[in-house]
Amino acid sequence: MPNMNMVQSVNSALDNMLDRDADIVIFGEDVGYFGGVFRTSDGLQEKHGKHRVFDSPLSEGGIAATAFGMGINGLRPVVEIQFADYIFPAYDQIVNEMAKVRHRSGGEFWCPVTIRTPAGGGIRGGHHHSQSPEAQFTHTPGLKVVYCSTPFNSKGLLISAIEDNDPVIFFEPKRCYRGPFYGDPHNVPTWKEHPEAEVPESYYKIPLGEARLAMEGDDCTVIAWGAMVHVAEQAIKNSGISCDLLDLQTLVPWDRDAVVKSIEKTGRCVIVHEAPKTSGFGAEMVASIQERCFYHLESPIERVTGWDTPFPHTTEWDYMPSPSRIAEAIQKTQEE
Amino acid sequence: MVKKETKSIHVPDAPHRPGDEPKFEQWSWKPEDLNLLKIDCSVEDAENHATGLVRVLDDNHEAKGEWNPDLTSDELILGLEHMLRMRIFDERMMKMQRTGKLSFYMRSFGEEAIAIAQTMALKSQDWLFPTYRQPGAQFVRGRDMVSMICHCIGNEEDNVKGRQMPVHYTYREGRYISVSSPVGTQFSQAVGVALASKYKQLDEVTITWIGDGASAEGDYHYALNFASIFKAPVILNVVNNQWAISTHSNFASNNQNFAIRGIPYGIPSIRVDGNDFLALYSVTKWARERAAKDLGPTHIEVLTYRAGAHSSSDDPSRYRPKDSNNHWPGGDPIERLKLHLIQKKDWSEKKHQELEKRIDAEVMDAYKEAVKFGDLANGPYPSSDAIFTEVYENPPWHLLEQWDEMKRWRDE
Repeated sequence: MPNMNMVQSVNSALDNMLDRDADIVIFGEDVGYFGGVFRTSDGLQEKHGKHRVFDSPLSEGGIAATAFGMGINGLRPVVEIQFADYIFPAYDQIVNEMAKVRHRSGGEFWCPVTIRTPAGGGIRGGHHHSQSPEAQFTHTPGLKVVYCSTPFNSKGLLISAIEDNDPVIFFEPKRCYRGPFYGDPHNVPTWKEHPEAEVPESYYKIPLGEARLAMEGDDCTVIAWGAMVHVAEQAIKNSGISCDLLDLQTLVPWDRDAVVKSIEKTGRCVIVHEAPKTSGFGAEMVASIQERCFYHLESPIERVTGWDTPFPHTTEWDYMPSPSRIAEAIQKTQEE
Repeated sequence: MVKKETKSIHVPDAPHRPGDEPKFEQWSWKPEDLNLLKIDCSVEDAENHATGLVRVLDDNHEAKGEWNPDLTSDELILGLEHMLRMRIFDERMMKMQRTGKLSFYMRSFGEEAIAIAQTMALKSQDWLFPTYRQPGAQFVRGRDMVSMICHCIGNEEDNVKGRQMPVHYTYREGRYISVSSPVGTQFSQAVGVALASKYKQLDEVTITWIGDGASAEGDYHYALNFASIFKAPVILNVVNNQWAISTHSNFASNNQNFAIRGIPYGIPSIRVDGNDFLALYSVTKWARERAAKDLGPTHIEVLTYRAGAHSSSDDPSRYRPKDSNNHWPGGDPIERLKLHLIQKKDWSEKKHQELEKRIDAEVMDAYKEAVKFGDLANGPYPSSDAIFTEVYENPPWHLLEQWDEMKRWRDE
């Protein structure tokens, strides 16, 4: 099986789907001729034609609206918003239009659009190239929200997202495009040799709504998504505590069964995300977990998140949840 | 479903891609081609100017035509000096980026005349609402170069405290409003800035810029509509440098020019040679006078060429002819003003070299001074307390709590 980084695996998913389904079109800023500023659509225009993979004007609202129109008229657009921070001019089209058209039209129209967008920090991008705005979409009924973390799951999840008949916001952790990120900016490995970088060239799917058990243990359940999956892995190793690490993969709908099952086993839980804490998706999970697992919990659920502040530029390592912060939270769950 | 024999979606082509001979045909206008517009001209009067190109410097570097602003030699030399300063400063910053002393950089290469000539044509009380491609305005407004470098590094002396990416300057003292990464947002905001000045009945005009690419954002259209309706004292510039990263301006305009778009909004609109210092100065001064006389907004297309990469993260040889900037469509703005001054016998190659040397030393000194406060590769960095300050006017309890937690980790 070829070794792919996450740029190549996303590219491979798009390529497979363009081959399989003539109704798929791909567009966005710089995605056509240039192949995307992160190179995720490199070579696809040349292979599949300019009418299927093309540049759009620099207009996120226009991209989302056009995708909406194509989607309700039988196409299956896969569009890119160059940075998740730039998705907000499209927010009205996504939240009020895409998310609600099936419902508002009594099921006569639906919108099978996938919006891919690089998200998250760790690239010295300051507050406009680092945000992780998943909670702004999980709070919108009608949208599905996916956050991949590895080359293998990015491809399988993206194919499922594209085939899904509902609109899907698909977050790609840009910090992990070329390698997993373990929280140490001075030691950045590539995907080479990583088991999750073995990616089939052919079509395969990972169902939406299923978490991935990335590590298995007995004493604590650590839940993370995106780049934080790898940081949490490092933290668990550093802590020496036996943990389940659940890579949530899909945030809406999230895998409640896997989470409940794990917490029933461990009785303790830490949730990690790099987005701010207040109204972050971790808050939703904490609330649901106490509803389902209250009598299994041995200690309060811990959250390790970005601060409730804009994402900084020079001092981003004091913002991003670090392995030590996560390890301390894991430790804390053991003390009660 | 009724099928018909037709082609699929039309997707425009860029006029040239790697391997092609670059084609530039838009600079054929002569200074004499367009008359000076009356200050209270109608929208219809400006139609020729919206489709033509206002130029002052001709091919022999002489200042010609009715738009000649008749600047003194001292004023012209000051403009030349600022443009050179911008270019040499950019070169130094790129070197710093390449050696890891700052994280990212964006040059104004080939577009130096725009911010500098236009800001010089304004009054010091006028508001500037720039993109990342108009830092040169700060030189005109007297900003200390050390402070600019400290911002780009994001070190202890960065006035925005390590929060923004490089080139996202804020300089309130010079009425240079904070640059934001999401493109286009400033364009419609500038109308509000202008209306606030008007509400307060102050003699202030606001100037703003947007790229050709970003003119596809809604903000561009909001700005034209609001400015027109409320007669805002605002100068709305579309800087058509022809490339939005890899996307050619024809994806924003379908090969139409940009200036003409102001006409149906009822805004007198002019296209100007963005590499001609004198033409830029003149058109901007005219627009300022209109605004100051309560005649409302002016919409300007500044035709230029992004001679360099979009940013330090970009490699334009992948999407446009490698040597396209060597063709200097419109000519190097610095060279053109230099040759004009030489031709007027106000300047010489020798003086020019001396000036270059002086600015080189000035930039080098500023660089050495700035890195004393830290660089990205080696620190020291600004205090991460700045993550928590100025999120709100006063931090609420949850931020204070998190701030304490951050300090515990940081200071451990």
